Amino acid sequence: MELAAERVSVRFGGLVANDDVSLAIAPGEVLGLIGPNGAGKTTLVNILSGFQRPHAGAIRLAGTEMTGRKPGAFARAGIVRSFQAVRLFRGLTVSENVEVGLVGRGLGRAEARRRALALLADFDLLHRAAQPASALSYGEERRAGLARALALEPRFLLLDEPAAGLAAAEAEELKRAILSIRERHGCGILVIEHNMALVMSLCDRIHVLGGGRTIASGRPDEIRADPAVRTAYLGSTAA
Amino acid sequence: MMGQAIQVLVDAVSVGGLYALTALGIGLIFGVMRLINFAHAQLIMIAGYAVLLFFAQSAALAVLGAVVGAVLLALLIERTAFRPLRGADPATLLIASFAVSFFIEKTMIMLVGSRPKGVDFLSALARQVEIAGVRLQLLQLVTILVSVVLLVATTWFLKSTRLGLEMRAAAENFRMAEVLGIRANRVIATAFAISGLLAAAVACLFVAQTGLVQPRMGLQLVIIAFVGTVIGGLGSLPGAAFGGFLVGVATILLQALLPPELRVFREAFLFLAVAVVLVVRPQGLIPARGLKERI
Repeated sequence: MELAAERVSVRFGGLVANDDVSLAIAPGEVLGLIGPNGAGKTTLVNILSGFQRPHAGAIRLAGTEMTGRKPGAFARAGIVRSFQAVRLFRGLTVSENVEVGLVGRGLGRAEARRRALALLADFDLLHRAAQPASALSYGEERRAGLARALALEPRFLLLDEPAAGLAAAEAEELKRAILSIRERHGCGILVIEHNMALVMSLCDRIHVLGGGRTIASGRPDEIRADPAVRTAYLGSTAA
Repeated sequence: MMGQAIQVLVDAVSVGGLYALTALGIGLIFGVMRLINFAHAQLIMIAGYAVLLFFAQSAALAVLGAVVGAVLLALLIERTAFRPLRGADPATLLIASFAVSFFIEKTMIMLVGSRPKGVDFLSALARQVEIAGVRLQLLQLVTILVSVVLLVATTWFLKSTRLGLEMRAAAENFRMAEVLGIRANRVIATAFAISGLLAAAVACLFVAQTGLVQPRMGLQLVIIAFVGTVIGGLGSLPGAAFGGFLVGVATILLQALLPPELRVFREAFLFLAVAVVLVVRPQGLIPARGLKERI
């Protein structure tokens, strides 16, 4: 019951964004995806969520081939992603933003509303429920984005730089939110993140990309000690 | 004098209501597909011919026929012409909508000829009623009432129902809505069905007012209403309805207030006003939120 990319490659013209990359996320696991800018991290998330079709290789969910299906099909199968920029519907209220995901799964409005409010309460956003999404602060917007993603009852949650632009305290709050998602919902979570302190303390396992290829994969302490990773990416800041 | 002013006002509001309903129908489709559907005119036209077909039996049957005709044609157009073009760029969609519009209009001319036909539909409403000493046409009051009821009903639908929520989300960011599990086909087909329903209402009121149907009817309504959606803010539904209403009201007020020798240039003044609005507020009066941040 895992989500796996098997030997995927993607090229954009002459640029190789992913080159023969394999990676698997298990349920209940938090997997960090790190690497310098241009290493192919977002491309890999795009592939894992159906937004980009790999030129070679396959995506499997619990053994079922998903390659070539549309993003909506990935979402219905339980693979949900966030974007670097949270894309809330700004013309809808905060609650309605979460309800969209719920009615998309076939719930009626009343039930969707009840569950949306419960999710917003989990993320400490209940007081914002009736306000337009455009009124939220940056940190609140991030949490509302997570609440909306959870409305889809993901089996796997792919987060593209969830802490980007957050202050230290907000990042800490986000980390707690992610860990509580794992605890409550038991989903596998993949996190692209540049904040090394956050990645090291949050993730069970870390996968390192460089120039589109896998450089290393292992527990945080192994990654921290890996000489290839230090040269390619972490440099002196890893100490 | 006062009575005359009220008469002009009621006239303006009733015409404004017709344009608001038309603009809302166009705005709904633009919202979910980024398609400016000029074939909306043919939805109005086909509903008009349904009225012609059934008005002799009963008014209720004529209204029902108009609704069924316009909704079916809207769904047919969506399925055959626009669904294969989903995701095409707006210019392609615009040209396609012209093609569909011309195709249906010319086919209709081939089938029934281009001569206008007289329809004695709802003529009981043509009589005057006196309210507080002011003589008003009953039909205009009915038009205002129907417009208000349909605008309120559409607002309720969009705000409170499941499909309405899906439609608003899809209108703001279609791809994101799909990622969240919204079924594109169902949302878009519903939007077309509602635009057909609104077109049928406009057709019934318009035919009752003019007493005529012809293959070219609806076109002028649609063009002016489209101008209204642009003024209101393309992509925003309240903007579309408000812009349509404003343009309709402006037409009648210009007609009433311009000196007689300038009235033939009414449209020129209208478009001058439109140009001024667009220079001052290029996003429209009630701009759409989120239109610039699509994936």
